[in-house]
Amino acid sequence: MTPPTPTTSGATVSAQTSARDGVLRVDGEVIAIRRAGAYHHLTIVAPGVAELARPGQFAALAVGGPTTGNLLRRSFSIHKVSPSGTYGGTLDLVIAAKGPGTQWLTELRAHDAVDVVAPLGRAFPLPTEPVPCILVGGGYGSAPLFWLAEVLRERGCPVEMVLGAGSEDRLFGVVEARRAADGVTVTTDDGSAGHRGWVSDVLPEVFRRTGAPVAYACGPMGMLQSVTRVAAEHGAVAQVAVEEAMACGVGVCMTCVMPVRDKAGVTKMVRSCVEGPVFRGDRVRWEAFHDGVCGVPADAVGAPQAGGH
Amino acid sequence: MAGSPRVDLSVPIGAGRVLPNPVMTASGCAANGRELHRFFDVSQLGAFVTKTVMMEPRSGRGTPRMAETASGMLNSIGLQGPGIRAFVEQDLPWLKSVGARVLVSIAGNTAGEFADVARVLADSDAFDCVVGVEVNISCPNVANRGLVFACDPLSSAKVIALVREQLPRDVPMFAKLTPDVTDIVSIADAAVKAGATGLTMINTLLGMVIDTDTLRPHLGGITGGLSGPSIRPVAVRALWQVTQAMRAGRFQTVPLIGVGGVRTGRDALELIAAGATMVQVGTATFNDPTAPQRVIGELETAVAAHGVDCVTGLVGIAHDRMVIP
Repeated sequence: MTPPTPTTSGATVSAQTSARDGVLRVDGEVIAIRRAGAYHHLTIVAPGVAELARPGQFAALAVGGPTTGNLLRRSFSIHKVSPSGTYGGTLDLVIAAKGPGTQWLTELRAHDAVDVVAPLGRAFPLPTEPVPCILVGGGYGSAPLFWLAEVLRERGCPVEMVLGAGSEDRLFGVVEARRAADGVTVTTDDGSAGHRGWVSDVLPEVFRRTGAPVAYACGPMGMLQSVTRVAAEHGAVAQVAVEEAMACGVGVCMTCVMPVRDKAGVTKMVRSCVEGPVFRGDRVRWEAFHDGVCGVPADAVGAPQAGGH
Repeated sequence: MAGSPRVDLSVPIGAGRVLPNPVMTASGCAANGRELHRFFDVSQLGAFVTKTVMMEPRSGRGTPRMAETASGMLNSIGLQGPGIRAFVEQDLPWLKSVGARVLVSIAGNTAGEFADVARVLADSDAFDCVVGVEVNISCPNVANRGLVFACDPLSSAKVIALVREQLPRDVPMFAKLTPDVTDIVSIADAAVKAGATGLTMINTLLGMVIDTDTLRPHLGGITGGLSGPSIRPVAVRALWQVTQAMRAGRFQTVPLIGVGGVRTGRDALELIAAGATMVQVGTATFNDPTAPQRVIGELETAVAAHGVDCVTGLVGIAHDRMVIP
């Protein structure tokens, strides 16, 4: 086994895994953690990841330390990366403390170790022409959109952002959005910030005003479905980054599947970690999702016959 | 591993074949190789164990398919897979191309389907990279529990005998058993007498989680298979009981593959001491995608620490070390 390569910060990379196929397992080191509304913003030294990562990809973090009883990795979309800094390349993630694993992550302090596998999954596909783009984030689903906005604007694409959440404290990055985008619209369910209502209430006006042929979205499934619908009503394509429960994040556990049509229109249960997390919204079989449960459409390849599997 | 003395890790898998080390992936915890090959060279493993494949493509179940549990997880995948023809055309040739030794896990809805799957496999072009076949007669994720062949000695024996007829004699065949039975020794006995070269123990245990926020079953499939470090004592017990029965001469002694909750080399050694000749690393791979490769090095260190130069010297050793006051 090749010995790990030390870095200036003490974080190590398994050289064995070095960019074998664009993904690394890294012994990372937290260098900053701060609150952002209802969320925590984590900056991790993770050498090598920044050079490989693109907007829309995600990181899978082990939680609880090496002897923990919480074995499953927690996956987060990458908020941003920085290839070189005082401590070496860094990775930024936004985390909501929902259960014991994410709680553990939000209790990390500067210089604590954290095991990172990244970058994972398919990135947002970028337009070849400098067309206007709408970026829609639900809650902390907005995390990857600021970096995406930067990349799009570098390519000459005007960027309009729509950020929605239940309440003001559950919005993420409103200030950052004003810097990253040409226009920002905010919605909250309770009206505590911006328009009262959902992102789908304001989206039609944004499509009409910008004439955007593409919308990028990240957030809860219901929001992604409505962004897909509104985009289609305006002749636009939605590229959505899904949030599915994953055990491994690397494509081996088969738990994060969802029904998606391929180019030929054939529905398969595909892994959102390797074939996603970004999908064309109009290829996702949204009708299979009901209240946190997703069924297998009867016309999916290998769907259960009568009596089930 | 720097500093540790060299240990001979090679082990017999049966039918006269030898593996360079006893560590394998576990079926359903490693897909079919490409994903983990991004993290380590899968040809370094004693064998790569593929995800159970059936005759036809299969979507598996809806979601949620997974729930984290104390030191483990519950899964309800439902044997999602491409079908044996796509497997032998795409997955097996790739595994051969990277030099992997492959233990192919197969299943069927009927005993006849098991045999059909084995025949397609045995006739395939890349079959020479196959070091054995693992017959999954114990997947808990089937709609009808009556279809869990490994819950009944006669059903187990029928599947094993039919698959045996389809495989060349020099290809080892392992029956994968469930611990969810009253007497695992009687199932092991039936499988060996029907022609199994060896036994893999254990498959997941049937379990269930209820979401206490929604007060409904957490998994789409309602019940699922429990795996991870929490079930390791069950694996150790099953290996122990079957090894003890073989030592007592109840049936022929065959090689055992231990699986259940192995996360470290020390865990692997525990299964070996109970009677396993080989060990699979399953759920730990979800926590650490390099776990199967890491366990090889850790096992070598653990074996050396016991002052032996050959891992086979520790197989079943706990049976000889009991203190009888």
